[in-house]
Amino acid sequence: MTGKTEFYNGNTACAEGALAAGCRFFAGYPITPSTEIAERMASRLPKVGGTFVQMEDELASMAAIVGGSWAGARSMTATSGPGFSLMMENIGYAAITETPCVVVNVQRGGPSTGQPTMAAQGDMMQVRYGSHGDYSIIALSPSSVQEMFDLTVKAFNLADRFRTPVFLMADETIGHMREKILLRENVEIIPRRELKEGELPCEPDENGIPGFGTFGNGHNIHITGLTHNEKGYPATDSAELHEAMVRRQVDKIEKHRLELTDVDIVNPEAEIVFISYGAPTRTVRQLLADEPDTYGHLNLRIVWPFPDHCLDEFKNAKAFIVPEMNLGQIAKEVRQYTNVKIITAPKLGGALHTVEELKKAAAAAETATRPVTEVRL
Amino acid sequence: MRHEIRFSGLGGQGIITAAVILGRAAALYADKHVVQTQSYGPEARGGASASAVIISDEPIHYPKVTDPETFVIMSQAAYDKYGCKAGNTALMLVDPGYVTSRPCCVCLEVPATAEAKAQLGKPVFANVIMLGALMEATGVIDYDSLERAVLDSVPKGTEEANKKALAIGREIVRKQL
Amino acid sequence: MTLEDWYRQDRLPHIYCAGCGNGTVLNATLRAVEALGYDINETTFVSGIGCSSRAGGYTAADSLHTTHGRALAFATGVKLVKPKQHVIVFTGDGDCSAIGGNHFIHACRRNIDLTVICMNNNIYGMTGGQGSPCTPKGSITTTTPYGMQEQPFDLCRLAEAAGANYVARWTSFHVKELTEAIRVGLETPGLSFIEVLAQCPTAYGNKNKLRQPTQMIEMFKKNAVKKAKADRNAAEGIPLEPGQFVVGEFVRRANPPLGVVKE
Repeated sequence: MTGKTEFYNGNTACAEGALAAGCRFFAGYPITPSTEIAERMASRLPKVGGTFVQMEDELASMAAIVGGSWAGARSMTATSGPGFSLMMENIGYAAITETPCVVVNVQRGGPSTGQPTMAAQGDMMQVRYGSHGDYSIIALSPSSVQEMFDLTVKAFNLADRFRTPVFLMADETIGHMREKILLRENVEIIPRRELKEGELPCEPDENGIPGFGTFGNGHNIHITGLTHNEKGYPATDSAELHEAMVRRQVDKIEKHRLELTDVDIVNPEAEIVFISYGAPTRTVRQLLADEPDTYGHLNLRIVWPFPDHCLDEFKNAKAFIVPEMNLGQIAKEVRQYTNVKIITAPKLGGALHTVEELKKAAAAAETATRPVTEVRL
Repeated sequence: MRHEIRFSGLGGQGIITAAVILGRAAALYADKHVVQTQSYGPEARGGASASAVIISDEPIHYPKVTDPETFVIMSQAAYDKYGCKAGNTALMLVDPGYVTSRPCCVCLEVPATAEAKAQLGKPVFANVIMLGALMEATGVIDYDSLERAVLDSVPKGTEEANKKALAIGREIVRKQL
Repeated sequence: MTLEDWYRQDRLPHIYCAGCGNGTVLNATLRAVEALGYDINETTFVSGIGCSSRAGGYTAADSLHTTHGRALAFATGVKLVKPKQHVIVFTGDGDCSAIGGNHFIHACRRNIDLTVICMNNNIYGMTGGQGSPCTPKGSITTTTPYGMQEQPFDLCRLAEAAGANYVARWTSFHVKELTEAIRVGLETPGLSFIEVLAQCPTAYGNKNKLRQPTQMIEMFKKNAVKKAKADRNAAEGIPLEPGQFVVGEFVRRANPPLGVVKE
């Protein structure tokens, strides 16, 4: 891979990744600690033939990128906690209308206004379940500036491939720190599949994914947030049709878990295994560098759908330790799929877990007797 | 070899710019692994400003500074917050025009703001003078790499003054060592 | 293309109640579009939630039936990405001015090149007749059982103040004028806002002694004061009588628009 090397912060890298992926429409609203993404897009998009618009709020930002996507552009917005809460309404709309789009959440401490300038991972359940009704989404979690670029590119490809909103669940630590980054050129682009002649706008292919009827391309389709049939027409009073639609939209993601697995597995024979994503992965890697053969590590770059099958890779696991910058959101998901005892190692307030804290959690893993034990760091 | 440097001072002194220039120099021109972080707050000017740079030959996993080898301190408030925690083996560069306390570790006085005003006519070059001093005092970065990073980070038309600033900082330290 | 070709025939009949004014507004809109000879592939309808917002789905063009109040924000995305598209927004008084009020004023402020047709029936019809920001003072609704106490919005003045390039108000009685206003709105670069008072005999009339659609139409006819006359009256110090409202074109200007194809 060729490209220019730069020394950027994660947010700038994310914007550059979006541009490399062909994103040509960004609608957003300023919010710490994600604002540098909007600022970068405002500066760069007009120079590559794209459009930036600052909307009146995050409800509108999410709405605008859905509109932009139907008009044919790879579209993105970026926000943080309070804005993410406002986006929930139209995230549900994007889910039911199967609109490809990318939403970046540079997570900060919540609830509410919380800690605007401090890192957190408190929105991991909100991203999965935050809008009403049953649906599924894809969420990625970067742990380096390079991954802010690479996973943004990946997010666009997955959004188009699966016709779904895809979330880059970053955090303030990764968004604001600077590292060396390769701005890859000619990244792989997997475009959305355009609706074919004679195909119905909401008729699934063999993967459960309909073709995309870009507005203005002569398809003349109707898209609605109401429960709809394969023509795309409202059909709200059929229980069977509603269930079939919801199940197909969930299954198109959940049944592709293997394809949607992006993890690092280290020391699979270990007995004490760390499971992490995002910034805490950095500390786990430091611990493993300091003590190379002691611990196992499962790092998740795609958190949703949760790659439960990867837990089976750790055949000797006696404990899964889940360090998170929340009160144990993904630890609960791990619990669903294993009888191995779980140590949650929550850290709130914005500081990153330290190596010593992870060692403390590992020590607790040796003595814990309950299925789930929280270590107070 | 992991080297941690803590920059701190007042908003407006170019603390973060200095850290970014050092990081850029080490990452892009000296081919090191680098992480630069900074504290974010509502203050833009006059408030506390702090940044940190980690430079290493190996990949950097843990991105936060824990026990910096080197401190660059440009305000008394920053000294009170960060400088007083410096270990005995640390090295500290202070601007004596702003910092009155002195640590128990090795401390070099770099009158960056005063020299910037006296020799370059403006205090804004103080941060680059500090970088020149830091380079000479620690060897954590070579002159060429630092100069390249300075030149591609500063506003057009200020290149010569910034080059002079680097040299001024280097000379201040040379005279003391 | 004929007028019929602009209708999505396999979705008809529509869901509107007998006597509803919304069908008239949809028809006037499609007549205007047809008269201008628009290419259906270059025309997109966007709508929010409510009776009004079902209209987009009865057109044969691409249509995006969105969430409550947000149609203008979705439409902004469509228009900015494909400025060649004629983007027409159907909204209602509740959709546009209550839940969507902020999007409304900002779309007008941006003066984005959309044509916004607001079917103002003074009430939330689809949910059974609750009060809206456009319910006249004293009117009975299910949420104002003792009469609306609050002052209603004047949507046209709001659009004008917020920066729209074209603003007009008509009613479902004034079909010719309405069709012409929509035509002019479509032709005017920037945001065009056309408010149409449309009767809702089912949810509004029923509770306000206007049970028959014809009574409501008669009321529109009787109470509508054309702008020229209203201006003359105002100059002579004659105020509007209770229940009267002004119809006509309020604003036609050429402030710089957003989302227009650069030649």
